[in-house]
Amino acid sequence: MTTTPTRGTPRSAPAERLPGAWSVGWQQGALEVKQFFRQREQGVFTFAFPVVLLFLFASIFKDDVAGAGVTASQLYVAAMIGAGIMSISFQSLGIAIAMERDEHVLRRLRGTPMPPTAYFLGKVWLVLVTGVLETAVLLAVGATVFDLDLPTSPEKWLTFAWIFVLGLTGCALLGVAVSSVPRSGRSASSVVVLPFLVLQFISGVYIAIDTVPDWMLTLGALFPLKWMCQGFRGVFLPESAQVLEQAGSWEYGRIALVLSAWCVGGLVLCLGTFRWKSRRDG
Amino acid sequence: MTTAASRLAVDVRGLRKRYGPVPAVDGVDLAVRHGEIFGILGPNGAGKSTTVEILQGHRTRDEGEVSVLGADPATADRAWRARVGIVWQDESAPAELTVRETVSHFAGYYPRPRPVRDVIALVGLQEKADSRIKALSGGQRRRLDVALGIIGGPCLLLLDEPTTGFDPAARRQFWDVVRRLAGEGTTVVLTTHYLQEAEALADRLVVIAAGRVVAEGDPAGLRRRYGSEARVEWTDPDGTPREIRTTTPTRTVAELMSRFGGEIPGLKVGRPSLEDVYLRLTGQEDER
Repeated sequence: MTTTPTRGTPRSAPAERLPGAWSVGWQQGALEVKQFFRQREQGVFTFAFPVVLLFLFASIFKDDVAGAGVTASQLYVAAMIGAGIMSISFQSLGIAIAMERDEHVLRRLRGTPMPPTAYFLGKVWLVLVTGVLETAVLLAVGATVFDLDLPTSPEKWLTFAWIFVLGLTGCALLGVAVSSVPRSGRSASSVVVLPFLVLQFISGVYIAIDTVPDWMLTLGALFPLKWMCQGFRGVFLPESAQVLEQAGSWEYGRIALVLSAWCVGGLVLCLGTFRWKSRRDG
Repeated sequence: MTTAASRLAVDVRGLRKRYGPVPAVDGVDLAVRHGEIFGILGPNGAGKSTTVEILQGHRTRDEGEVSVLGADPATADRAWRARVGIVWQDESAPAELTVRETVSHFAGYYPRPRPVRDVIALVGLQEKADSRIKALSGGQRRRLDVALGIIGGPCLLLLDEPTTGFDPAARRQFWDVVRRLAGEGTTVVLTTHYLQEAEALADRLVVIAAGRVVAEGDPAGLRRRYGSEARVEWTDPDGTPREIRTTTPTRTVAELMSRFGGEIPGLKVGRPSLEDVYLRLTGQEDER
């Protein structure tokens, strides 16, 4: 059992510990946020989109909703917060990761000892920061322009917090999963945007929930967006508005169930389908 | 325990990979020793990149045994990745970050990174350290790619066509960087389709054509082995140019001297250049 040392044998067996996933993930997140804000065009448009739509819809449809004690504008604020969170997580991640894969950013990361989890943690941090900002902007616009009453009770804000976190996580995981669908980075935005747009219609984001046909709502109810919007209506609208809901109540228990299921299911989907290289790099 | 795998940095036997019906790598053997610069030379499409991508662990193989730093790249772990530096053929560094930000971020992936400042200096980007990557020239980006490949202090550096698209001055600077790394004890495997580059850098090299190794050795040895025939050219009295290939050119010239009784019209004696050898080996001779 002797080894003759030869010129340039490997320097040493790496006995030292490799950097952990949490700390690398934190650095990864800081870098993602930095990059996001340096790409000013992307930043401005991603943020502006839900705000502009909120402004348009809530200004066009602003009448009182019969028997519900709310205005259509207030309904739109709640719905747009849900849609804004999904656009920051699902849409942004779906497109960005597809492009990173196509531009070999992922392949390069895979060639380093970076723990794969750190990459996903970095994306989570990015989505969390941008999601909080997006929601804050929408709430500010809703409260100042469209008479949205911000809740004062801590319970309502707690409800808001868990819907925000579960919804954001579930949609982010779905975004990571959908990024593997487009064949190239260039086709990513079309592949991701169309289903998201359809989902917004059938989840009652653009059109009030009581005017969307039942079969569409049933289809929409399979996905997290409908439940996020419903939960936010519960947080920001008076109790009298429950009559507009399909079930006649906010259904917090079911919201928690569906959103948690999407977090778990989304994680399984990501782990099973995520690709570090594009298809032609087989 | 001393095994063949531990004595060699890279040990490849009978490597095969096909894309559909087309074999890209068709039975390649490689043996790279620790501490040497090993060149894989061949024309575009010869299978160089496929071979290196298999060594990197980024492409699956159909057949063959591959050991890189004693492990199979297809199943290697993070500790292995920390010891192998990769410089990709196409750059993909984040455009909005600065050189320093990118290099120090990548340093965070490794257990024992080299100092960021030293690495930036080594690739000659000190003056650009705080520039955004999108503002760098092609050659500067390539040097950043090298910085990212070596920041972890790898035992083995895999370079895939590192100087494609460089101007001659940038290429020479790049060669200096590679020599400096090798001087520090890093094993370097580099693919190139520039013969000059292989000759300037490689301690040993293989020539690959159509997925097979067609020649192997050090540059001078290759020239000796495949270029031992000299070419003697002259002009006959009736004006026809003549040429023969011979391993004994001196005797040929002596015979011609006696035939012409002194000066041989149009005499030219030449040894084939490494380029002639290379073109002959890779079957590109006629394309000249």
